Amino acid sequence: MIDRKWIGHQLPPAVLPIERTRLRFFAKAIGETDPVYHDVAAANAAGYPDLPAPPTFLFAAELDAGVTDKLLEDLGIPLANLLHGEQSFTYHRPVCAGDTVTVRSAITDIYDKKNGALEFVVKASRVTNQNEILVAELSTTIVYRH
Amino acid sequence: MTSPCFETVAVGDELPALHLQAVNRTTLALFAGASGDHNPIHIDIDFARKAGMVDVFAHGMLGMAWVGRLVTNWVPQGRLRRFDARFQGITHIGNTIRCTGRVVEKLQRDGENFVRIELRSANQFGQIKIAGEAIVALP
Repeated sequence: MIDRKWIGHQLPPAVLPIERTRLRFFAKAIGETDPVYHDVAAANAAGYPDLPAPPTFLFAAELDAGVTDKLLEDLGIPLANLLHGEQSFTYHRPVCAGDTVTVRSAITDIYDKKNGALEFVVKASRVTNQNEILVAELSTTIVYRH
Repeated sequence: MTSPCFETVAVGDELPALHLQAVNRTTLALFAGASGDHNPIHIDIDFARKAGMVDVFAHGMLGMAWVGRLVTNWVPQGRLRRFDARFQGITHIGNTIRCTGRVVEKLQRDGENFVRIELRSANQFGQIKIAGEAIVALP
């Protein structure tokens, strides 16, 4: 059982500089060939100052920073028993190469189903850019399969 | 391709479907690196087997990224306001995923026009992998 004391826990901020090479690599990995995601001139023509981060890219910030691994360790969830239950993004401003985002998360709920066979951890994240402007909010539900 | 506008979009309209190639190990390795999700269960068959799985399987966020492509193929990404996914099944090696979307509601709020899109991804057997939703602003 995950200790319910973790509800309300604030995770350390995860800072992710958004870089062109990484965005192109991500676009390649997901099979995205739209030039807006590869070619700065195409991104400019579409109204972006630089290559935009695709809709789900911000999930990388806490992975890169080691915040996700640390959380799983704190909660005692082995990688082998981890599933992703739900994911939500709310977008306020575009995030482009050249920006640096900071993700600040808190655990908002922990609950179980099937007599404890499945435990759910809900994390809410706020993402701000280098100008302290809120660019996105994320909600993540992870599942601990016992 | 011209981007859809609020006036001409109707509830029930389908987004052009997105068909993916069969999931293979290279795709999972690339996504592990690009996404920052290095959980070995997606890239190391020995680890996956010890965890009780038959084989490695796709990251949920890879499936969500594909559904995101479906949406941004239809409208420029800047119009996307909200994007939700519920992961309903594991996507296995060899699965051929098809992403689909359908306009389910037209709404107006604070002088801006939006549509709500119901999103699905499923494999070649029709098994649902992701059930999701997007809210997009339309001119």
